[in-house]
Amino acid sequence: MSDSYSYGANRWRRFSDWDDRPLRLDQFAVEDPENGFSAFSGAQDPQPGISIIDGEIASMDGVAAKDFDMIDAFIARHHLDIEVAEEAMAMPSPELARMLVDMNVPRTQLTRLARGMTPAKLAEVVAQLNAMEISFSYSKMRARQTPGNQAHVTNAKDDPLQLSADAAIAVAFGFDEIETTMRVSRNAWSNALACCVGSSVGRAGTLFQCSSEEAEELEIGMAGFTSYAETVSVYGTESAFVDGDDTPWSKTWLAAAYASRGVKMRCTSGAASELLMGFHESKSLLYLEARCLCVQRGMGSQGTQNGGIDGAPLASTMPGGVRELMAENLLAVWLDLECASGNDARHSESEIRVGAKILPLLIAGSDLICSGFGSILKYDNSFNPSSFNGEEMEDFLVLQRDFEADGGLTSVEEATAFSLRKQAIEALAFVHEDLGLSTANETMKQSVAVASGSDDTESYLPRAVAGISEQIKDRGITVVDVIRSLHKGGFVEEAENLLFLVKLRVSGDYLQTSAIVRDRRIISAINDPNSYQGPGTGYRLSEERRQELAAIRDVLDREGVLRAEAIYEPDESRRINYHTIGPAEAGTDPGEVLVALSPGFGGKLFRTLAGHPLSRVLAEIQAGIASENATMRIIRCRHTADTSFLGLTAAKLSGSGIGIGLQAKGTAVIHQKERLPHNNLELFSNAPITTLEHYRGLGRNAAIYATGNMPDPIVVPTHGEALGARFHARVALTYAIETEMTEDGASPEAVEVTFSEDMP
Amino acid sequence: MTRKPLSAADYPLAEKRPDLVRGARGKPLEELTLDALVSGDVTMEDLRITPQALLQQAEIASSVGRNELARNFERASEMARIPQPIIMEIYEILRPGRASDKQAIIAAAKRLRDEFQAEILAAFIEEAADVYDRRGLFAARY
Repeated sequence: MSDSYSYGANRWRRFSDWDDRPLRLDQFAVEDPENGFSAFSGAQDPQPGISIIDGEIASMDGVAAKDFDMIDAFIARHHLDIEVAEEAMAMPSPELARMLVDMNVPRTQLTRLARGMTPAKLAEVVAQLNAMEISFSYSKMRARQTPGNQAHVTNAKDDPLQLSADAAIAVAFGFDEIETTMRVSRNAWSNALACCVGSSVGRAGTLFQCSSEEAEELEIGMAGFTSYAETVSVYGTESAFVDGDDTPWSKTWLAAAYASRGVKMRCTSGAASELLMGFHESKSLLYLEARCLCVQRGMGSQGTQNGGIDGAPLASTMPGGVRELMAENLLAVWLDLECASGNDARHSESEIRVGAKILPLLIAGSDLICSGFGSILKYDNSFNPSSFNGEEMEDFLVLQRDFEADGGLTSVEEATAFSLRKQAIEALAFVHEDLGLSTANETMKQSVAVASGSDDTESYLPRAVAGISEQIKDRGITVVDVIRSLHKGGFVEEAENLLFLVKLRVSGDYLQTSAIVRDRRIISAINDPNSYQGPGTGYRLSEERRQELAAIRDVLDREGVLRAEAIYEPDESRRINYHTIGPAEAGTDPGEVLVALSPGFGGKLFRTLAGHPLSRVLAEIQAGIASENATMRIIRCRHTADTSFLGLTAAKLSGSGIGIGLQAKGTAVIHQKERLPHNNLELFSNAPITTLEHYRGLGRNAAIYATGNMPDPIVVPTHGEALGARFHARVALTYAIETEMTEDGASPEAVEVTFSEDMP
Repeated sequence: MTRKPLSAADYPLAEKRPDLVRGARGKPLEELTLDALVSGDVTMEDLRITPQALLQQAEIASSVGRNELARNFERASEMARIPQPIIMEIYEILRPGRASDKQAIIAAAKRLRDEFQAEILAAFIEEAADVYDRRGLFAARY
């Protein structure tokens, strides 16, 4: 090899392209079980096992009872069911794994066995399933039949007006639960009151939580502003648990405290929290999460929020990390817990990775598919950006429509959204005024109503919010005061809705597993249990719900296409006149190029897919032909609307043997009389990106072919646009309008075209 | 009063057995109206869950095989009678390193029994004391 030989660079530039993609902002880590970087196989993961002597657990997963750490001790005492343990632990893991994916094995048979299984056993079983099997099993094992979703409602300014407006929006989209938190912790009471008011607009029954410091969160719950909590965090190693400033017993105490105040509660856990906290004990993500989940079941928590949560980004740096997140969701539902299945902290900058991660859960269904879908913009999400945020709301709605999978959300019409925002803002402003908390002026209210995010608002400043929050707390304002105030301000429906929500705590029905409110009724794992047993069973979309999922905005139909075309008709009729002379005849002039128009060209359809007026397109072709001293003659075909046949028909009647086929949508071809229909000279198939310049070049080249010479073919450059995605629905509808106008055996007609002076 | 244990068939209680549902001051659900709230007849106290309601939910949870959830409701039932400051005080001593030895927890258990007849809660925190002792969780952390 010669040293002087130069390629102009020292790498294949594709790698530079890859470097520039969002994916490359993601970090990836090598598998390193010793240092806690293993999804499924930790260096110190124990073998499953149990020994029971005289009705007492003598050892579990290789640890003798006397050596149990506090987590082992809690699991042995509160999770493991001695009656089931020996039977379940004796079953081979591959057999249990097959039962999980066997639609003939009822869910309840498996949840019974799980009560007798140790963390290592549970982890060993689900580790045998591939991603598809995990997803399938999840859809069979999840507790409540009807899927749901949860939103984050926060903003970067803790602005109560915006919280109220955004809470109302989240309710309108169909979220079953909304969760707020603060940028500044002392704003908790203000955030709680604002979201509470906003969530009462439009519909009753959306559960609400305000994630804050434990004692304060409970107090806010007791004041009636919130209806659920999910901040009861659980960890899989003793040291991490202690650094989290709790024990399984203190968390159990807290769980009971929430129930005793009529507040729904679930725990939080998830892969990699121990690794982030520095206490992984060389154990795998899955094994540690299995410990967390056994603790939660033992605590008597009705459910969990897991699937990575804050650790999802770290879990996703590892090989199999995303499969592990799915596996831990499966463990949760196998343990008969409600599962708010993560898809919360955004695990990747790659939209492809995000979309891929949501899909298995979307099609499987989940109690709450996201344990925090950011219903607000990314920068307003005080929890950090979610997998899906305000920006990506419509992507999610379309995924639901694509897969006919219920992710719990429904489209909201623009006008409805705007009026709900205004209503929520007015309601909150009144309550604030009435309770003597603050006065919002018109500028503040209007800026929030139209704002997509807090960067666009001229509303409360942080200091004012802190003052509002302190007053609510210090004056002991409760939800009862808020309901009275709403009523006084004429917000009677909102007052009723809020009272409905607070009344739920009297019976406590919504404390049961997987409870949410739909149509003012509680549904949970008790009265809406997952009954999946194969095709045709379990959750199926009703026709009504299917229509809701289909009803995204701006969908095209035939009438819409015709209406849009009709708008252009008057202008086009001023620019051009098509005069039919009679049957088209074969030409003899070797200097002519014949152009065959499609049936609807200039009659029903008036512009190409690129938006060019058809008059302009014809004028450009004519100018191109003339530039090579040839002449254009025009015919209209009614026997075909196909470009190739249009072109060939023109070529056969052309004195030069060269013809152009031109469809109304702008697709064009240069043809020659002796050729086969689809073996043309030049094809302009990408009408949406074909410019007027290209049409002029088409005319010029056709004229050059007519002289027997060979021009440089016109190339319409693409930049990789997904033209099919952008245009094919309109193409199909437009083209069908043309094919409907065809008539078998109709002869081509000669057309005389005159251009007016209005030509743009 | 004896009655058949509640089960899934009775759920949701507010719909299926409204006769059993009462607020903390004895008001039935149908009296918890907006008008009554606006006139001052209904207060926050009427919108609290009762120990009885939690025991009813415990029965329902047990009937569908969720014994641990039922235990939680039973603990909550005892807690519903305990004032918030005391709940938070005991929560605090259950956190790692707050109590310097098991005596603080034993004393709290006695108080739960003596003042609130909360036998389940008392036994539960005594169990914690034993484990904390064995695992060295009474060491001060700050």
